[in-house]
Parts: sequence; structure tokens; C-alpha cells
Amino acid sequence: MRDFILKRVAAIILPFICTYGFYVILHGHVSPGGSFAGGIIVGLSFIAFSTIYGIEKGRARLPETVLTWTESFGTLWYGIMGMVGITKGAPFLANKLAGIDLGVPGTLSSGGLISLIGLGVGIRVASTIVTLFFTMMEEKS
Amino acid sequence: MRIGKLLILLVALLVAYGILITVAELPPYGMPDNPVHNQVSERYINEAVEDTGVLNMVTAIVLDYRAYDTMFETIVLFTATLAVVITLKTSKREESGK
Amino acid sequence: MHFVAVDYWIMILLFILVVASLAMYFIKDLVHAVIVYGAYSLTMALIWLQMNTPDLAITEAAAGICMTVLMMVVIFRTSRREE
Repeated sequence: MRDFILKRVAAIILPFICTYGFYVILHGHVSPGGSFAGGIIVGLSFIAFSTIYGIEKGRARLPETVLTWTESFGTLWYGIMGMVGITKGAPFLANKLAGIDLGVPGTLSSGGLISLIGLGVGIRVASTIVTLFFTMMEEKS
Repeated sequence: MRIGKLLILLVALLVAYGILITVAELPPYGMPDNPVHNQVSERYINEAVEDTGVLNMVTAIVLDYRAYDTMFETIVLFTATLAVVITLKTSKREESGK
Repeated sequence: MHFVAVDYWIMILLFILVVASLAMYFIKDLVHAVIVYGAYSLTMALIWLQMNTPDLAITEAAAGICMTVLMMVVIFRTSRREE
């Protein structure tokens, strides 16, 4: 996998794939898609990078501490977003009951907490896939 | 040996027959008077935009109406990753020691 | 009992699905079986698209590619191609 053409094509195309993944995550409440599909696309762009450029360069882009922190905080972020409802006197994970402004349906800022929760879940899924890939690649058999 | 294989084939054909009979008895796809179209889906379709302010109804159900479900789904993902990392990871200290 | 006029595209795609899943069982080389699994998940994504569920189509396509890559990594790491 040390081909010149492959490296140049990947250098052009991979930023767009990563950006498209974040687009799918952030527009999950307006258009088809969602946090799970977008997170998998973001993770696949990093997996393709470290397959083409070598596992060491991929590790240099995403160190182990970064993956560990995103992995843990993606799960914790969901709980923190649920606590917003409790602080306003509503049930856990409440959205409309907590009195959050829902905005105009169809715009990017609509939906209250939903887009924030979706962003957390998407980053969490991406870090899951990248962690699985790195762990399997670096296994000493 | 031969009779055992024939018996397995017979059981497999019987199970396939039962499954196909069940599929033939299902209500036709996409009809408006199917039993899936009850008051639950009616409520979601009519009031999802008003309740959550989200146009994509799948996201509205996954991240708002059924938010507990998605939360424990992410916890399941976290646990699965944890198990894989604990099983397969070789730490730096252990590597240099040997 | 009455039948609905089923779209013929779904019939063709379901036939490809059955053939691909049978082929995955009979192929001995594991890498070839993983490639056939990619074709299976692409066909499944097309079926979801025919049934008007683009959400599931996107997720199926992305997760199928992801599973293909991860299974290939496992096969090459364990260096055991023939089962």
C-alpha cells in the first residue's frame, strides 16, 4: 500500500469524505441520515487514511489519549444532555417539556437538544470504529 | 450417516415450509388498513414536528421519543469496545518487559 | 387472499441477495467471501432504497463497508485465508 497514485488521490478525496460525514451528523434532523451513519462515515475516513499512509502516521494523527477521551466523553455527553431537563424541573432527557426553544422546523438550529445529542453520538461511534481498527491492527499475534 | 443427513434435510424443508406459509399469511405490503398502522404511528406522524421541531421523523423517534433506548445503545457500544480493548491490547510495559 | 403487484426490481434484488448469501457459505477463500459480503450489503442498501427508507440505506451501506474492512483486517492479521 505504498502506491504514489493511491496516496495523491486519497489526499484529495479524504477531507471531503470526512466533511461529508460531519454534514450527515449535523443534518440528521433535517435530511435522511443520522448520527450512527455519519459517525461510521467519519470513522471510515480515518481508517482509510491509516490503511493507505501506514498505521504509524494514522496513530500520529489520532493519539491514544484523544481516542480514550472522546470514547468516554461521548457516552457521558448523553447523560449531561439529559441532566439539562432535570435542572429545569422536567424529567430526564426532556426536550420540549424542559422549555427549550425548538426553533423553526427545517432549519439547522431547530430541534433543541436533538442536534447536540446527535453530535455526541456521532463522534462516539466514529471513535469506536477507529479504536476497534487500531486495536486489531496493533495486536501482537 | 446417510439417513441422518436425509433427516436433517427433511427437518430443514419442514422449517422452510412453515416459514413460507407464515410469509404468505402476512398482510400485503404498503396497504393503509394493515395492523401496523394503529394509533401509535398515527400520533407520531401527526405530532412529531410539533413535539420535537424535527422534520426527519426517524431522528425524532430515535433521539427524542425513545431517547432512553439510544442512551443504553451507546452504553452497549462503549462496553463492547471496552471488552475488545481489554482482550486484544498489549500494553507498552508488558512489551518491553519481555 | 389477494396479492399486490410487486415491483420487479425488488424480485431481482432479492434473488441476488439469496445467491450472495448462499455463495458466502460455499466459498472456501475467506477474502473472497468478505468481498461477496460487500456485494450482499450493497444489494441490501438498494432494497432499502426501493422500499423508501433512505435512513436505513445509508446506514446499511456505511456499516457494510466498515464490517468488510474490519473483517479483512482480521483475516490478514491472523494470516489464515483458507478455512
